[in-house]
Amino acid sequence: MNNPIPNFPKGAISEIIGTAISLRGNDIDTDRIIPARFLKCVNFDALGSQVFDDDRKELNGLHPFDLKENQNASILVVNGNFGCGSSREHAPQALMRWGINAVIGQSFAEIFFGNCLALGIPCFTTSKQEIEEIQKSIESNTGIELLLNLKNQTLKSKKSTWQLEIDPGAKQMLTSGQWDATNQLISNSNSIDQIAKKLPYINGFKSKDSLNDLT
Amino acid sequence: MSSGTLFDKVWELHKVAKLPGGSTQLFVGLHLIHEVTSPQAFAALEEKSFPVRCPDQTIATVDHIVPTTNQERPFEDPLAEEMLSTLERNCKKHGIKLHGIGSGSQGIVHVIAPELGLTQPGMTVACGDSHTSTHGAFGAIAFGIGTSQVRDVLASQTLAMNKLKVRQIWIDGELNEGVYSKDLILHVIRELGVKGGVGYAYEFAGPAIEKLSMEERMTICNMAIEGGARCGYINPDQTTFEYLKGKAKAPSEESWQQALNWWKGLVSSPDSIFDDVVKFDASKIPPTVTWGITPGQGIGINESLPIPESLEPSERQIAEEAYRYMGLKPGSGIEGVSVDVCFIGSCTNGRLSDLHAAAKIAQGRKVAQGVKAFVVPGSEQVAREAEQEGLDKVFRGAGFEWREPGCSMCLAMNPDRLEGRQISASSSNRNFKGRQGSSSGRTLLMSPAMVAAAAITGQVTDVRSLIKQEKESTEKLKNE
Ligand code: SF4
Repeated sequence: MNNPIPNFPKGAISEIIGTAISLRGNDIDTDRIIPARFLKCVNFDALGSQVFDDDRKELNGLHPFDLKENQNASILVVNGNFGCGSSREHAPQALMRWGINAVIGQSFAEIFFGNCLALGIPCFTTSKQEIEEIQKSIESNTGIELLLNLKNQTLKSKKSTWQLEIDPGAKQMLTSGQWDATNQLISNSNSIDQIAKKLPYINGFKSKDSLNDLT
Repeated sequence: MSSGTLFDKVWELHKVAKLPGGSTQLFVGLHLIHEVTSPQAFAALEEKSFPVRCPDQTIATVDHIVPTTNQERPFEDPLAEEMLSTLERNCKKHGIKLHGIGSGSQGIVHVIAPELGLTQPGMTVACGDSHTSTHGAFGAIAFGIGTSQVRDVLASQTLAMNKLKVRQIWIDGELNEGVYSKDLILHVIRELGVKGGVGYAYEFAGPAIEKLSMEERMTICNMAIEGGARCGYINPDQTTFEYLKGKAKAPSEESWQQALNWWKGLVSSPDSIFDDVVKFDASKIPPTVTWGITPGQGIGINESLPIPESLEPSERQIAEEAYRYMGLKPGSGIEGVSVDVCFIGSCTNGRLSDLHAAAKIAQGRKVAQGVKAFVVPGSEQVAREAEQEGLDKVFRGAGFEWREPGCSMCLAMNPDRLEGRQISASSSNRNFKGRQGSSSGRTLLMSPAMVAAAAITGQVTDVRSLIKQEKESTEKLKNE
């Protein structure tokens, strides 16, 4: 793991500055990001060092997460359908605890995208060609510093600028700090009660009167 | 944009508010929790001193980490023991019903909620587990969520979600003998791809779907997520209502009519608009087996493995990777590939009817030498019913092991796992690299009957040939 105490996202997120890792391959599933044996835990603390454990063992030191030049990276650049498979939040937790604060890819699996958002990790997308360009540029200029700007949706290096895409709702939540949704959800308490009262199954389809004593 | 579908109706009924980010705050009618994705959520809740808002709408079980041989406490594995005792503590503290080991109702979360009658049409169901899509078989809108969202549901009984598009998957015809709902869904995923469903809810409909039992429907919806769809569902009908009637948590006799009226009103209207419609013919679907490392890499039992060069460029890379990992040869057949381990179980195919189908093949035959074959019922209730019918004896007699309920070798969180490069025939839902516990272990997904056939012959086998054999010998007996 690069940082002994990784930088966890907090509050409004406007930019991420750092070096990037290029990780190639489509359909990289969450079982690969964090193999199931590491899910045997009651907290997420140890996951950072276990990220991609099987893939890393297989590549014997040559996996992008093991390369020396990548050890301080905070931006991950991937290909298509990244994070598919199991819904385990352990996957983005492991990436975050390793030091990743943002992911850029051609596309993301939905649950993975949502899990990242809930942790304050933006997932940006762009075309296949642009991803190829970004990955090449990272691979051939080891250690180049990049600047990811959330508001402008841009990734900048000294030489180039790439325009990225992100779901507007997700962007709004990240840049305003509302990605940490619990407080927001709880604040609508009255509306929650009202909806619950209107759903007949909540009270076993009993008569309307008794529905009023709900919650 | 879709309109008039069951998905649209259920979504509208559960909408609490529009959130500043543009997503919808959705009420969750049934929240299922288990030992793997809940501990961190409870910890986060306590950190913020929030109570569990609706403990009565929250149901817990333990499934992933339980051993299937010796379930005595404390578990041999201290980590597994810690996970279960954490769940027990959290449930007790927050007044949540836990269906624990030995309660008679413990089992895989997606098996027990339906069999208890907890899952009902028109509900929203959430669980920190991607195969929550299973519950859509009842006409519920059910999706898997991450741990932060488990925390949100515990705290508020709601979720922030973006509305999905709706694709209708219309299936004409009828499945042939020896072809099961597992083959149907493997075929659909093969055709539409593992990313095909991203952004969609899948509505499975048409004559072939209507003919399926509830358990077969659950197998289909279970794997909607493997096709990329966050949820899959089937409109409730007479089959659904008959299944639910009399179940422990289903509406009582007195309220049954009211429930029925409400459920029937939620069915997709005849003039529904879908974002997309795709059609298949069930009678053309063969027994299907995966050969690669994604559930979309499936082929018919009599087909030969694809040549990477002949695939779409986007499929080529993952196909090449799959060949490297699986050690199979492009152009060769899948039939006849030797297997080491045969696993019947999981939330996809660990229900009573799955065990029936497999037992029919195992009956009077013997597991091939050198093959380890085992059957893991999806729940204590499935185990009980199977034992009452003597299925355990059929399996044991044929050389299968008969285990205690749990997720078992579907994933590597309990003692059941592949070793080294072992290759398994598996009735579960994922064939990802390392999924079954060995980082070089290999998985071939197929129906439970096909797994039983593989166990008997020691290799991937067209189950129809065994069915035919059986028919011929009964004919012969009759004529003698
Ligand atoms: S059986 Fe497999 S897929 Fe189903 S809940 Fe258990 S681990 Fe997940």
